[in-house]
Amino acid sequence: MKTINVAEITRNIKEMCIEANHCLTPDMDHALKDAVHTEKSTLGKQILNQLQDNLKIAGDDMIPICQDTGMAVIFLEIGQDVHFEGGNLEDAVNEGVRQGYTDGFLRKSVVGDPLIRENTKDNTPAVIHYEMVSGDSVKITVAPKGFGSENMSRVFMLKPADGMEGVKNAILTAVKDAGPNACPPMVVGVGIGGTFEKCAIMAKKALTRPVDVRSEIPYVRQMEEDLLDKINRTGIGPGGLGGTTTALAVNINTYPTHIAGLPVAVNICCHVNRHAVRTI
Amino acid sequence: MEKHINAPLTDEDAKSLHSGDYVYITGTIYTARDAAHLRMYEALDRNEPLPMELAHNIIYYMGPSPAREGRPIGSAGPTTASRMDKYAPRLLDLGLKGMIGKGKRSDAVKEAIVRNEAVYFAAVGGAGALLSKSITSSEVVAYDDLGTEAIRRLEVENFPVIVVIDAQGNNLYETAVREFGEQL
Repeated sequence: MKTINVAEITRNIKEMCIEANHCLTPDMDHALKDAVHTEKSTLGKQILNQLQDNLKIAGDDMIPICQDTGMAVIFLEIGQDVHFEGGNLEDAVNEGVRQGYTDGFLRKSVVGDPLIRENTKDNTPAVIHYEMVSGDSVKITVAPKGFGSENMSRVFMLKPADGMEGVKNAILTAVKDAGPNACPPMVVGVGIGGTFEKCAIMAKKALTRPVDVRSEIPYVRQMEEDLLDKINRTGIGPGGLGGTTTALAVNINTYPTHIAGLPVAVNICCHVNRHAVRTI
Repeated sequence: MEKHINAPLTDEDAKSLHSGDYVYITGTIYTARDAAHLRMYEALDRNEPLPMELAHNIIYYMGPSPAREGRPIGSAGPTTASRMDKYAPRLLDLGLKGMIGKGKRSDAVKEAIVRNEAVYFAAVGGAGALLSKSITSSEVVAYDDLGTEAIRRLEVENFPVIVVIDAQGNNLYETAVREFGEQL
């Protein structure tokens, strides 16, 4: 049994909100650098070079990579031998978001009610996904999500008869419909199986997998590679202005599902695929 | 082709821009996004004046992150333009000459662009830190209570954009994707 004071959760989440909005993870950084060399369109190359300049300015001058510093999506993988003290865990998470977005000069993009639409002015509440795991540590993933790409995400309730081709077509449809709106080059997170909500959460979590790590399941790995190749031949390109770099990766997670269903969720992320990960 | 233009935009400049041109804008532009557009639309319905002049002006669809001390603005890249499609034709018919955003526009917006010989520019989405370096001053001129969604007057210097839809109705999103896309 390990005891963790929730103040430690607040402090980490505050720092991680700021970190994620100013620096990409090394895998994303490498993928964007590599794309400059492989892109075939002149304008596409110019845009990818601008993104390199943008990342440098963001890190050097502490200006957020993108003005849409996102809604804070937080995954908490909590060891079952952990005991929290010092207050309510959810309140501590939201306090971390509040401090990070206020002290870190991040944009407050959350409205308190989806239809009345008054800004909460501190970017809370976060969207929190809890998972109980073995052990006595807590893994925190902070993934600020911008809505240019979030708005282009889809859930498809396919039929089992649609099979592999149906799934691939659904993913390609979502990417083509997203086009320039999702700020390509994008990262495509996919959840296949489970239920309506399970596939959506899997797709979101798939975006936090490094873009240079493929699925351990051989057929899924093959699908990820095939789809990336097809997506990069759509012509959408950087900024949607034409080219051969439309996506940096397709990350697919799967889960058992019902005999009658084949749910597929496609969560699209822009090239500012942000996340910070810490284990305490 | 690379061009340098001034804002507000003259009729001649607007007409001379072509889909695919890489343009550096210097001068005064205004920001407005979802909530500010809704308020302007409601003001027009009530026959009230708008908080900014539309004629010859450019609206930048953008809501910045807060500025750190000593800087004019925080991160300042474009937001998705299609959310303003409902409002844009009416503003274009009232004299708006240019829009800066990112992403597709509706047929109604494209028709209004052609009808008014206006132009739709894209700035690179997700490059807000870089784009902030071309903004030399920022002042809230209306709807301060909307926070990041307030209308701001910006002074920009060599602000980099690409012409997507020109006054003739050419659309770079369609032509460029055809050029690089393969039949799958």
